[in-house]
Amino acid sequence: MSTSSAFNDEKGGSSSAGEPEYGHDPASGGIFSSDYKRHDDLKEMLDSNKDSLKLEAMKRIVAMIARGKNASDLFPAVVKNVACKNIEVKKLVYVYLVRYAEEQQDLALLSISTFQRGLKDPNQLIRASALRVLSSIRVTIIVPIMMLAIKEAASDMSPYVRKTAAHAIPKLYSLDPEQKDQLIEVIEKLLADKTTLVAGSVVMAFEEVCPERIDLIHKNYRKLCNLLIDVEEWGQVVIINMLTRYARTQFLNPNINESLLEEGGEKAFYGSDDDDDDDDDDDDEEKKAEAAALAKRKPYVMDPDHRLLLRNTKPLLQSRNAAVVMAVAQLYFHLAPKAEVGVIAKALVRLMRSHSEVQYVVLQNVATMTIKRRGMFEPYLKSFYIRSTDPTQIKILKLEVLTNLANETNISTILREFQTYIKSMDKDFVAATIQAIGRCATNIGEVRDTCLNGLVQLLSNRDELVVAESVVVIKKLLQMQPEQHSDIIKHMAKLTDNIQVPMARASILWLIGEYCEHVPKIAPDVLRKMAKTFTNEEDIVKLQIINLAAKLYLTNSKQTKLLTQYVLNLAKYDQNYDIRDRARFIRQLIVPTDKSGALSKYAKKLFLALKPAPVLESPFKDRDHFQLGSLSHLLNAKAGGYQELPDWPESAPDPSVRNVEVKDSVPEWTKCTSRKERKEKKVEKPFYSDSEGESGPTESADSESDSGSGSQSGSEESGSGSESEESEEESESEEEEEEEEDEEEERAKKKKKVDKSKPKKPESAESDQSSGEEQKRIRKGGKDRRSGTESESEDESESESSESESESEEESESDTDIKKKKKTAASKPPPKQTKKESKKETKEMSLLDLDDFEPTPSPQVTPVNSFLSNSLVTDLEGLSLTDTVLAPTTIAPSSSVRLYELLHRITGEGLAVEYCFSRQPFSPDPHMVAVQIQFTNNTTSEAKSLHIEEPKLQSGMRIKEFPEIEVLPAGESVNVVMGIDFCDSTQAANFQLCTHIRKFFVSIQPPVGELMTPAFLTENEFKKEQGQLMGMNEISEKLTLGEKCQSEHVIVERVTSTANLSRVPCGSDKESRFAGKTVSSGSLVLVTVTRKDGAGALLTVNCEKMVIGTMLVKDILQALTQ
Amino acid sequence: MIHSLFLINNAGDIFLEKHWKSVISRSVCDYFFEAQDKAGEPDNVSPVIRTPHHYLINIYREKIFFVSVIQTEVPPLFVIEFLHRVAEMFQDYFGECSEVAIKDNVVIVYELLEEMLDNGFPLATESNILKELIKPPTILRSMVNTITGSSNVGETLPTGQLSTIPWRRAGVKYTNNEAYFDVVEEIDAILDKSGTTVFAEIQGVIDACVKLSGMPDLTLSFMNPRLLDDVSFHPCVRFKRWESERVLSFIPPDGNFRLMSYHVNAQNLVAIPVYVRQNINFFETGSSGRVDITVGPKQTMGKTVENVIVTIHMPKVVLSANLTATQGTYTYDPVTKILVWDIGKLNQQKLPNLKGSLSLQSGAPKPEENPSLNIDLKIQQLAISGLKVNRLDMYVEKYKPFKGVKYVTKAGKFQVLTVPSHV
Repeated sequence: MSTSSAFNDEKGGSSSAGEPEYGHDPASGGIFSSDYKRHDDLKEMLDSNKDSLKLEAMKRIVAMIARGKNASDLFPAVVKNVACKNIEVKKLVYVYLVRYAEEQQDLALLSISTFQRGLKDPNQLIRASALRVLSSIRVTIIVPIMMLAIKEAASDMSPYVRKTAAHAIPKLYSLDPEQKDQLIEVIEKLLADKTTLVAGSVVMAFEEVCPERIDLIHKNYRKLCNLLIDVEEWGQVVIINMLTRYARTQFLNPNINESLLEEGGEKAFYGSDDDDDDDDDDDDEEKKAEAAALAKRKPYVMDPDHRLLLRNTKPLLQSRNAAVVMAVAQLYFHLAPKAEVGVIAKALVRLMRSHSEVQYVVLQNVATMTIKRRGMFEPYLKSFYIRSTDPTQIKILKLEVLTNLANETNISTILREFQTYIKSMDKDFVAATIQAIGRCATNIGEVRDTCLNGLVQLLSNRDELVVAESVVVIKKLLQMQPEQHSDIIKHMAKLTDNIQVPMARASILWLIGEYCEHVPKIAPDVLRKMAKTFTNEEDIVKLQIINLAAKLYLTNSKQTKLLTQYVLNLAKYDQNYDIRDRARFIRQLIVPTDKSGALSKYAKKLFLALKPAPVLESPFKDRDHFQLGSLSHLLNAKAGGYQELPDWPESAPDPSVRNVEVKDSVPEWTKCTSRKERKEKKVEKPFYSDSEGESGPTESADSESDSGSGSQSGSEESGSGSESEESEEESESEEEEEEEEDEEEERAKKKKKVDKSKPKKPESAESDQSSGEEQKRIRKGGKDRRSGTESESEDESESESSESESESEEESESDTDIKKKKKTAASKPPPKQTKKESKKETKEMSLLDLDDFEPTPSPQVTPVNSFLSNSLVTDLEGLSLTDTVLAPTTIAPSSSVRLYELLHRITGEGLAVEYCFSRQPFSPDPHMVAVQIQFTNNTTSEAKSLHIEEPKLQSGMRIKEFPEIEVLPAGESVNVVMGIDFCDSTQAANFQLCTHIRKFFVSIQPPVGELMTPAFLTENEFKKEQGQLMGMNEISEKLTLGEKCQSEHVIVERVTSTANLSRVPCGSDKESRFAGKTVSSGSLVLVTVTRKDGAGALLTVNCEKMVIGTMLVKDILQALTQ
Repeated sequence: MIHSLFLINNAGDIFLEKHWKSVISRSVCDYFFEAQDKAGEPDNVSPVIRTPHHYLINIYREKIFFVSVIQTEVPPLFVIEFLHRVAEMFQDYFGECSEVAIKDNVVIVYELLEEMLDNGFPLATESNILKELIKPPTILRSMVNTITGSSNVGETLPTGQLSTIPWRRAGVKYTNNEAYFDVVEEIDAILDKSGTTVFAEIQGVIDACVKLSGMPDLTLSFMNPRLLDDVSFHPCVRFKRWESERVLSFIPPDGNFRLMSYHVNAQNLVAIPVYVRQNINFFETGSSGRVDITVGPKQTMGKTVENVIVTIHMPKVVLSANLTATQGTYTYDPVTKILVWDIGKLNQQKLPNLKGSLSLQSGAPKPEENPSLNIDLKIQQLAISGLKVNRLDMYVEKYKPFKGVKYVTKAGKFQVLTVPSHV
């Protein structure tokens, strides 16, 4: 009974619109009491068993929360309803819980079990919502439960639940940062997810939890690029911003060699990526493969991954979402070659027609961009014209942009535009316009006089503020060339009678004082007038009067001596101590007395020194060190959580880290049975997540600068579209091209059959062969400038070469999904692109060439034998270290192993540290180089707790610390082993070596020879491998063997001591062969030394990683010639 | 990302607050009020305000400030764009985005905000999805709800979230299948006193109202797509098809949405539909001024120009206006100093004219500035750029839909200067 009556009361109350019975101020006492009463009613309603009552109560509670009123005392009553069957009640209870759980932790725990049950629900949406609420309850005690729930959800079947898991990660992190490591594991797992639904959310989690772990992105980079267009808008923004940062750490500055890019050339074979020019120059000198010589001409070639990012983000400039457009714009601004940045201008100008808040942000960014890249926005000058209806803040920003855009050719237009602005009613804006005119005048010499005259005219303006602002600006301009403008100064002197704005008066006085020699007659008169009004002036004016007096006294003491003293006397008794101080100081300085110090001699020099003209700079200058589009950029100050945009690396880190392993590629081919089927699929799912509709056109989308779509997809509708487009430009006729396509298609089918017939054939071996083919083709293409496709069709081994393409594409994508597969296939340009492009602008060509080379064998598809040897080695490791898997072996230092000093005895205050590369496999992580470190304690006391701290590593590099040494007694030494993954680069690993009292900064830089481990090959294998690493991967060098090393034995010894290689048997006694593979990526390194007559010899290194190769050549050369 | 949201009306009342992470006291809004005071006009409040511990990013829409609280780095446009999306969603749900509508539907608003952001990161911002989660209020439903106590929360959860087409709900069914497209163009122009075009460009949008059953796949093509200089699309549009064939190919969301926005370059001569002859003078003596304005049709492609309104921001010293209009009515607001002349339809035979005197504050100097005229107008059945839809095709679904295209031209920022040309 009571319930229903209460309900009715409440109903009446709530239905009368608004909230008359809820006081606005819960703090006032009267309302408190009624509050209690009302809450009792609500409690009763919540306790009832009618859903409608509960719902009504919850609605009103939520309304209270929305208005910011306290409803926390209802917690126990509400929490009981968490298991309510009614979905809406449940929802509102969730809202309530999330709001108040933090305050009522104990009671909140009552609800946990409901969510835990929800997490196991068969319905994915219920699982997701349970996780969402559970993770939103900020109660520390449930951290382990949340952790478990997130982990489980991260491997849920439903992508929607996985997305929710990604959302939950930052929630947990903010609740308990201790969980970071575990959360990173989850992030790593989710990053590998292939659905668009998850991508945006997990990158967001990545950015919040571990933005510094850029290495986690490597393997997912290409996938993220390819998924980008299908990710929802907000995710796109986050991903693009993150990838901008990533690209800055991984690729080379595309604008580094602009001049060199201009002069064109042929194909550049060199993977730009890590080319160290010096090395090249050293080695290139004489005999090098033709390709290498070509490479020298082209020091920079864009990494294909870099190109991929630019290409895949460009369509997003057409997004309706301003944030996405801005994100792409900043990406292009920070990452694109200069010539390509222009594409963003139009899109940004479009945003200017959006809401004023959007305009505000965009203009801020445009202002920064116009300083660096003026040309980009010049065609859109008129879009920045100011309308009288613009808000002042927008006007001022547009003015800034217009000023930045001003140059000799457009200045007259801009000045005329400015003229109309000066008539505006908005005075702040007028003042800003005058400032802008001043800046144009300083920047563009030609119009300085015009501007000055214009400003002088403004001096007779009726508005005092306009006059004052003009005076200030004129003052700055006059400082640049005072002698020519004494009449302006005279004119201004007259203004002192009228202008009352202190700043303007002060500016005039300063000008007269500074250039008193140009106006010798007027200056004393002005001082006279000023002396009269001195006591009534503002402080800044007073200071300038004193200043004027002092200067006049020094130049024209006859006329002004008395005046000056009068002024100084007035100032002496001024109320402001600054003015009193200044007067006292100036009197001492300029009035010669017997006591006056040495300085007074220099008074004239001090006062009348030539002052540099002020530089009128844009406030947006140098703002681009903040990532554009960021909050920090807008504020011009670092906001919390801002990730610095790193500088470009000197040399690019290893690009192969982005390669993704392929699990089984052969079955994929059998899957795509026929063209028809694929077509059908296309109709069903026309575009989303489907690569077909997408991939082809992605390419054709920017067919101007980019390549058309790829090889196999040529048979698809979309692909053929782009293909035919290309063919128009091709030298070959269109028909021929089409035929070719058909042929290609047939070949593909044939190939499929072949695949089926011998499915057991090791994939890698096949790829071997085919990549060899490809090499051939490439070289061929390089020599005679003919289309790759054409040559392909004539090639006797057509099928193989087409296969090679597909194979190599698979290399880079691990995707087993057939659609995905095709997508990648399509995104790799076929070799014929090269030709087409090469006819075009040379620069474009260079960028594309690289795409062409992407399919060169990557480490994951290194040939069979290397796989074998790899596993063999690990097997052996496993055998030898069964007991102490985690304890890496140390070796006794022998003479053959070179010791390097890490810390000298003296700098280390008695602690000496040396290291050597033990050349033992580092068992905890086969991708690491084992570094043996020897500590020697030369002090008389114990050194305690030796360990490593704060490694500062190049991205991608990893370190496995040695276990802490607890005690090192005086006079003793100890050996430990640590592992470092140098990422196949010779960059140093920096870290701190700590004892219990001190920390030392040390670094370990590996010689290139230590970055590899021996590989065991037979002679035949060696030859085969070598056959594939030709062209640009081969570096040979003639040398004259040193006196002591003419025997084979010595050569072997020298080579193996320089580099960690194993010997490969060889039939010829004139030749010695060695093989190894790099530790981090497992790329093969082959070394051949062939002795010629006398002391002559030929050293050949074949290595896919050209930097490693060139450096190794250098090192071995040195070892052999000594 | 977005920590909290406060909705503030013009009077400075915080009438709604929502927190996605822990609660932030509403006293943080004091910084906003301070900035608002300093700015004077709501338009001039900086969209980003810095406070010692937070950043406030705000937008002003429909007389409401949406003030969001941010704690760490986030792209400001991300937040601004999101806040506008919220406002649009209110508009979509309640027909208007006003304080009253929000207060009346506070529970739905709260549920919406809850769904749109998770931990400050946007979750569901597509209207189609949200409408499946939370049903928009209708008179009928609210009546039924009060009687039966049932809810406005969707019983089944949306499938769109899970599908590959996140903007369209599944299982759409209509008895009348129809698809309407409105091509709306706005002319932005600055004309000088003599009628010369200083600057002109055309902004266009294609708004769609598509009520088709199932999963239709539409293709919309133009007679003259090359006119379009710059475009932006709803995410449903397949960009590559556009790039390669210049057709819009898409699976539409259900209901109303903006398919694309475009821009027609100033290089293509923009037809200016009206001309304005005007004379606004202020006299040195006598504290008065004179107004004489005539508006006439120019390049209208044979269509009638309607809804013509001339708005003039007068200088501060203008106290009142004593004018005669041959057509339409005029009003002068002495507080805001805005003169509005509502003309209506333009008549070729008898050109509307507004003539008379202004009285100025006595003793005040003659105003320096020349006010400019803002023109509003509307032309039905005409896209001033000449853009024409060629055809609309539907694939996948079998039924025959009813199709329609409507063209409208409006004045955007259309200004006539009262000073001579400077170009």
